[in-house]
Amino acid sequence: MAAARVCSTVPVLLKCGNYSFSVNVATAKLSKQVLCRHISRSSTLCRKNLAAAGPEKFTAEFIQKQIEDFNIGKRHLANIMGEDPENFTQEDIDRSISYLFPSGLFEKKARPLMKHPDEIFPKQRAVQWGEDRRPFHFLFYTGKQSFYSLMHEVYGKMLNIEKHQDHLRSKGLFSKDGQKISLGMSRWLTKEELEALLVEDISTHDYDRFIQVMERLLSMPYCGAEEEFVLRFRQLLQAQSRNQVVPPLQKDEDGVAFSYADGFRKTSTSSVVLRDCGSGRISINGQDSLLYFPVLQDREQLMFPLQFTGTLGRFDLRCTVSGGGRSSQAGALRLAVSRALLSFLTPSEGEMMRQAGLLTPDPRVRERKKPGQEGARRKFTWKKR
Amino acid sequence: MALHRLTLRLRPTVTHVRSVHTSRYGRQQEAAAVDPEPEPISVFRTQENDPACQSEKQIGQFYTLPSEHIRLLFPHGLPKRYQQQVKTFNEACVMVRQPALEVISYMKKADYSQPALRYLFYGVTGSGKTMSLCHAVHFCYTQGWVVLHIPDAHLWVKNCKELLPSSYNSSRFDQPLQATAWLRNFKITNERFLSKIKIKHRYVWTKRESTEGGRPLGELVDQGISRVKSSSDVVAAVMKELRQQSGHPEGNFRLAVAVDGVNALWGKSTIKKEDKSAVDPEELTLVYNLRKLLKNDWIGGAIITTLSQTGSLYTSKSAYLPQELLGERGFDSMDPFIPLSVPNYSEKEFESCYLYYTDRNWLQHSQSGTEEGKKELIFLSNRNPTMFDRLCSFL
Repeated sequence: MAAARVCSTVPVLLKCGNYSFSVNVATAKLSKQVLCRHISRSSTLCRKNLAAAGPEKFTAEFIQKQIEDFNIGKRHLANIMGEDPENFTQEDIDRSISYLFPSGLFEKKARPLMKHPDEIFPKQRAVQWGEDRRPFHFLFYTGKQSFYSLMHEVYGKMLNIEKHQDHLRSKGLFSKDGQKISLGMSRWLTKEELEALLVEDISTHDYDRFIQVMERLLSMPYCGAEEEFVLRFRQLLQAQSRNQVVPPLQKDEDGVAFSYADGFRKTSTSSVVLRDCGSGRISINGQDSLLYFPVLQDREQLMFPLQFTGTLGRFDLRCTVSGGGRSSQAGALRLAVSRALLSFLTPSEGEMMRQAGLLTPDPRVRERKKPGQEGARRKFTWKKR
Repeated sequence: MALHRLTLRLRPTVTHVRSVHTSRYGRQQEAAAVDPEPEPISVFRTQENDPACQSEKQIGQFYTLPSEHIRLLFPHGLPKRYQQQVKTFNEACVMVRQPALEVISYMKKADYSQPALRYLFYGVTGSGKTMSLCHAVHFCYTQGWVVLHIPDAHLWVKNCKELLPSSYNSSRFDQPLQATAWLRNFKITNERFLSKIKIKHRYVWTKRESTEGGRPLGELVDQGISRVKSSSDVVAAVMKELRQQSGHPEGNFRLAVAVDGVNALWGKSTIKKEDKSAVDPEELTLVYNLRKLLKNDWIGGAIITTLSQTGSLYTSKSAYLPQELLGERGFDSMDPFIPLSVPNYSEKEFESCYLYYTDRNWLQHSQSGTEEGKKELIFLSNRNPTMFDRLCSFL
């Protein structure tokens, strides 16, 4: 009976949404449960507060299942394409997907893709506490446990090094330049990269302190013992010029060395054959350069790579160009000539050309006109009324 | 300014230039050239100011036109830019080039009892055709010929402000302004002959005015200059008289007809009649008579002409060959002629011009003295004389 009454009062309390206390005998039973204070709840509050929930959490099982699905899907795709499922690489996957689902979208990230779940789902930390809801890590309540544990680790290593140094000093083997770490062409990880490594957010202040501590570590002699640890936080700088493809140097019937290269700018494309015969003749689409480019500016653009490398009278240019206007044709020719010149020059001169900007294709293209505006940027005349 | 230039001329030229270039180009000056001045002769100039005495040895070198000759001979004949250059440099230096020398050598050897030979200079825009023409005309003048120089035939077929129906022939049109201007310049050039040559026929201008046979040519020319309305007919009369009298023993003169832009005579014109229909060049008196003059049915002279794309109407910019610019009719009328190609500067000629500009302190840019700068100039101008001149004018 009492239980029945409890059952009748509790639903009443929940449904009517009024501020009310239950004065029944059932209160005693109720007090054993957690006392819930009912605040007036309107419909907006009944909805889930999505922002407060934070980013969507993926459980480890979910990620695992995704990985299995991906592998099975990879094998299916290989079978569809008629290739070997065992040796199906990511490049093959990309190729197949772009073949099977051709997309005309300009935004590359909006096109269909199939990648390993590790690359798609952002790295999240697993739940940091166990069943008894006690955290695993001792620094959990600092909020940035990985970061502070890293700082502690670094300090611990510094203490080790100092102990080692004292040990050597006591033996009398201490020398000012002991084992130093060779850094080579590398830089410290940026703040973003460090955040990705630690899978948690750090502030700029924290990052600066971290760099300070690492520099302090590096300044100590005998830090070579921790080389592997330090190199984990260094990023190698790649020399940019290695990305440049040098066109091959060919020889034609007369034994004259020549090279061929293409260039483009806006909508013009050009191709240039650069022959090393010693005369400075230029022919563009079969015409003289003066006739084709009556404007001095275009001829100066064409002259720029040759003048920069000091090879003005040495080469014979035979160019073809089409599309675009006069300025973009001149720019396309300039790029083609620079690329063709690379095969005649030393790598250091090529690096100088790259730094001068001769080898970079100009990315500027005509911006699209947007609806509601008169041009790409120009808006319609604003009228007050 | 003039004193500064004088000291420049008297100052010995830089020896290192001379040693480099004399070793490359060999002996430049003949010992025969009388050289009383203490100034050492620079490589790009020559003392032979008489076109008759110039030979292949002077190709690439500049000779100076006496200022008297310029005032008399070229009141209207030189290109605009060249006139400005003459004014700036205070001297008129013309480069001796192969086409002009060729024409002069032909003219020296020609038989003047045969019909007149026609020479045609052709080449790309700005390669020096007009200057070669002026060089040849200077030769004719120094030889004592009568010079009939039409500076630009294109001016007669476009931008005509006044167009009168011809009094002589009603189907044709007169251009009084152009005709008077030309007559005035003709008078300046051929002053010495105007009293010597006598006209043969009688010309009646109006009911009260006429010119009898036996009067000197000067009177005819004056008639044209003063009576503007009949000036085109005067021009026609002058041409006829000269044509008939040249080469004959009693006339005792030779006639040089120099026309620049001869393709205008057979091209199209932009002049419109009152009913907005286009005028054919044949319907213009001046053009009609000039065409008659260009026919090689007279003796005792030479006809030197140039093609010109720059002023021509309705021709494409890349056209420079005689066939393209003259058209079918023009080619047939001009045929047979001696074509002379005027190319861009050769290496030696370019070098010479560059030295000349440096000597005149025209190249002020710091880089223009270096080898690199010279290579850049060669590249940008492609050794075209006009382009090189325009390029240097802002350096």
